[in-house]
Formats: sequence, structure tokens, C-alpha cells
Amino acid sequence: MAGMQFGIFSVGDVTPDPVNGGTPSERTRIKAMVRIAEKAEEVGLDVFAAGEHHNPPFAAPPNPPVLLAHLAAKTEKIVLSTATTLITTNDPVRLAEDYAYAQHLADGRLDLMLGRGNTGPVYPWFGKDIRDGIELAVENYSLLHQLWREENISWQGKHRTPLHGFTATPRPLDGVAPFVWHGSIRSPEIAEQAAYYGDGFFHNHIFWPPQHTQQMVELYRRRFAHYGHGTPEQAIVGLGGQVFMRANSQDAIREFRPYFDRAPVYGGGPSLETFTRETPLTVGSPQEVIERTLGFRDYVGDYQRQLFLIDHAGLPLKTVLEQLDILGEEVVPVLRKEFEALRAPGVPDAPTHSSLVAARDAALSETLSQEGTR
Amino acid sequence: MTSLVVVSAGLRVPSTTAQLADQLSAAAARELGLLESPVEVTRVEVRDHAHAIADALLTGFPTGSLAEAVETISAADALVIVTPTFQASYSGLFKAFFDLIPSLAGVPVLLAATGGTERHSLVLEYALRPLVSYLGGVSVPTGVYAATADLGGPGAPKLGMRIDRAAAELATLTAGSPLPRRRQDDFADVTPFEEQLRRLRP
Repeated sequence: MAGMQFGIFSVGDVTPDPVNGGTPSERTRIKAMVRIAEKAEEVGLDVFAAGEHHNPPFAAPPNPPVLLAHLAAKTEKIVLSTATTLITTNDPVRLAEDYAYAQHLADGRLDLMLGRGNTGPVYPWFGKDIRDGIELAVENYSLLHQLWREENISWQGKHRTPLHGFTATPRPLDGVAPFVWHGSIRSPEIAEQAAYYGDGFFHNHIFWPPQHTQQMVELYRRRFAHYGHGTPEQAIVGLGGQVFMRANSQDAIREFRPYFDRAPVYGGGPSLETFTRETPLTVGSPQEVIERTLGFRDYVGDYQRQLFLIDHAGLPLKTVLEQLDILGEEVVPVLRKEFEALRAPGVPDAPTHSSLVAARDAALSETLSQEGTR
Repeated sequence: MTSLVVVSAGLRVPSTTAQLADQLSAAAARELGLLESPVEVTRVEVRDHAHAIADALLTGFPTGSLAEAVETISAADALVIVTPTFQASYSGLFKAFFDLIPSLAGVPVLLAATGGTERHSLVLEYALRPLVSYLGGVSVPTGVYAATADLGGPGAPKLGMRIDRAAAELATLTAGSPLPRRRQDDFADVTPFEEQLRRLRP
């Protein structure tokens, strides 16, 4: 799988369909998400990512590895990821174990995106305080990073009980931790964190004007180079995006408008036209989606992963599957070709388990040969 | 160049709030003009942005000309803010607009309000002044409150005197730069990660 990865991410909202009036049951929504993931693989997409949620109106997995392990058994090729895994309210020990276990089941087709979670009430349900959000993200990931790379850990921090001689099990597949993306809309500390570790940075890139994305990605690239992981252009960037497509642009707008007007987050607010102009949302023909998406590169540079949000706001499963057909048949093949042609030399491919294993082995043999000549 | 921004939250045309804003704008421009650099006056009519303000509160970001107005205020050297008094406080639209302003740190601000009766004049002290303080602005000591009686009848000359005094105070504070203008750039001055980690060590 060369170059860029294309896929979808789902936040698993259970929203009444404003057109037919029905609200899916939790079971229906959960099974729909499985079907959407399978379909994403069938149409040739590279990535499926699911959000983590603990409150209505969501039926996203409260612990994503439960879903990802199920999907691992039902799919063959697609990379399974999260959007996002809450690094603040989850115990890093549990994250280390569950994601490593799912990584084995998925034969390495698994990575994850860390986020803090912006729903204040969730924190106390897990004994945390939202005011510690950044601190929790910093400390918990620092421990998670160590748990996947070292054994017999003795550790002491501010927000968790100490560990003495602890080894997280199972160890990551082939001794290589799942790749981590750090997601944040506008907290510079998180771009800094991603840069420090040389991990990926993902901007959700929906609901907000592109300037937010641009300034976060610029900071991440600059600091990635500062920490010696490569040039700014070699940093690993992922973007979200939100699309609705029909062959005819006017049909797309007409069909999507009632969903837009009632959608969670922005429903009842700006017009579809304003929101389309001010944010990356694109409602129109496949060609319009292709052009807009290629334009993302103008403000973030060459990037490695593009995920689209297509299954929210009460859109029926049938419509979502049609959107996947359009993505797979008409949009992604063109984006793959065009982005590849535009890509500057030296820009790395999207990381996968096999590329991370190869990089680790190359680094090891480099060290060994240096020791041999000493 | 001294940038004076006048925010007026009157709703109707003609509006007494807009009239008061006109008088304050002229007086403040005159007084600021006595300083060394020329004055550029920008007027923001909150009513023009009413729908965009509601949208911004729902989406979290201002768009179009509202975004420009927010940026203009963030870059102002001196500010005049004028609101009608509704239900014993600033108008809801006025407050909604200021809910979108991230900071007024170090900016001298002249407070003004209109109302149907002089009995509401303390609205300047218990509503506007705390709002400006919260945003880090430096409100001038003399606030200007205009009731119906001040705009026509025998109270009018006294209102003019208060306007002049407040405008002179605004100019003095602007010239004196009482506080450094803190326009922090979180993206230029990011806390290094080692520092973030260090703070967590027991």
C-alpha cells in the first residue's frame, strides 16, 4: 500500500433521521457500523476508524478494541483504527494491554488515534477532572509509550498509582507498538506531544475553518524537525473531512440539507452554504469532492492519511453504503493517482505494521554493524 | 496610527445607542488626535452581525464580516463600547458578541450605556465594568450613561461634559500604555514537551 491511505471515520451518533423520522436502535446502529466497515474494505478503502463514546446519543464503542477485534475477524486487508481513543480517562495499562491484544488478532492491521475528549461530564465518571485534560494526556501517553517498549517497569506519576516491576501483556506484535496518531483541534501541547515522540498528528478537519488545521499542522511539522525525527515535510499527517456526494451537485445539496439542518454539533446554526464555505465540508459531485480534497494539500503539505466522515446526522445505512460506493469507485482512485503525482520526493508513505517492523529491523542491523566495526 | 474601535449595540434606526456612540466616537477621536499619531476610527454595529453571532455561538467560530470585526477589536489600541440597557443589564446580543472576543488584555475601554431611565445608570458599574475586567481590558474611570432625559432636555450639556471627560481619560490611558499589550501566540511560544513532562514528576 504505497503513499497515502484513504478511509472513513465514524463517531457512531444515534440521530433521528429527519427525513423518515426513525431513530435506529442501539443494536441497529452498532451493526450498521460493522456493515460500514466491511463495505469500506469491499470498495477498496485503506482505513476504518471508530470513535469512543460513553454517553448518548452515541453508540460508538466505549472500548474500541471490542469492535476492532470483531472487525479484524470480518475483514482481510483494511487497517482498523480509532477516532479517538480517550487517553485522558482510560488507564494506560489497560490501553497497552487491550490494543496489543487486538493488534495480534488483527495481524498488525491496527493503529490508534489518541484524543482528550471534549465532553466534560465524562471525566468524573472515570474519576478524573477535565481541568487535568492536558496533563492526563501527557502523563498517560508517556506511560503507554513505555509499557509497549519496555518490560519490568517501575513507574511513578501524578495521576495514577505507581507500578513496580510490571510488564504489560501481551507484548505488541513482533515487538512493535501500534502506530499512534495524536488528534487535537487547537491545543498546541498535543501537536508538541506528537512531534516529541515522532508519532503521527491527525486533525479532525471537520466543523472548523481550515486555518485551525493549518496552524496545528505547521507547529507539529516544525517541532517534529526540532526533535530530530526528519524534515518538517517528513512528519506524518492525517486529516479528516466530511463529504456528501451525488452524481449531480444539486441533488447532493437537496438530499443532504435536512440532515445538515438537524445535525448534532452545528444543526440549527449556519446555513449549509456558509458551513460549506467556511469549513472543509463538501456537498456536491464526486468531481467537486476530488478538487476540494486535493486542495487540502495546499495548506498542510503532502500528507499520509485522509479519513472522511460519511455516516452521521441520521443518514440511513443504505445512503451511507451508496456514499462508500462513490468513494471507492469514483473518488479515491482519482485521489490516489493525483496525490501520488503531486507528492514531493522524500515524503514518507503512511506507516503500517510491516513498514514499522522493517524500520525497526533496519535500525537494529545498523546498530549491530556499527558495533561489529568498533 | 492609533486604532479606535467603537462598538455600538443599538437595535433600531435611529438608535439612541448609535447616537451616543457617534458623540463618543467624535470626542474620543478628537482627544486621541491630540496624541502623536493619527487616529483611525472603525465602527462596529453589533446588529449587522446578529445572525452570524448566533451561528458562531453554536459552531464555536465566527465567520465572514463578524470574524473581521472580532479581529479588529482584538487589534484595537482603544475601545468604546455602548449598549442599551435591557432588563437591568447589557443587551443579550451585546453580551453574545463579547462572548466571542477572546481577550482585551491591556486595551483601554470607555464604557457607555443608554436606558429609558437614569435609575439604571449603575449598569455600567455592575455589568460592563466586570465584563471588561474579565477580558483584561482597562476600563476608564468615567463611564457614560445616557437616559432619555439626558439626550434632549436640560441634562444634555452635562452629558456632553461627561463624554468629554471620559474621552480625555481614554486618550490618557491610551497614551500612557498602562499595561503591556499581551497578544500571546500559543503556536509561536509552545511549551517544550520536556517541560510538560517535568511538571508532572512527583
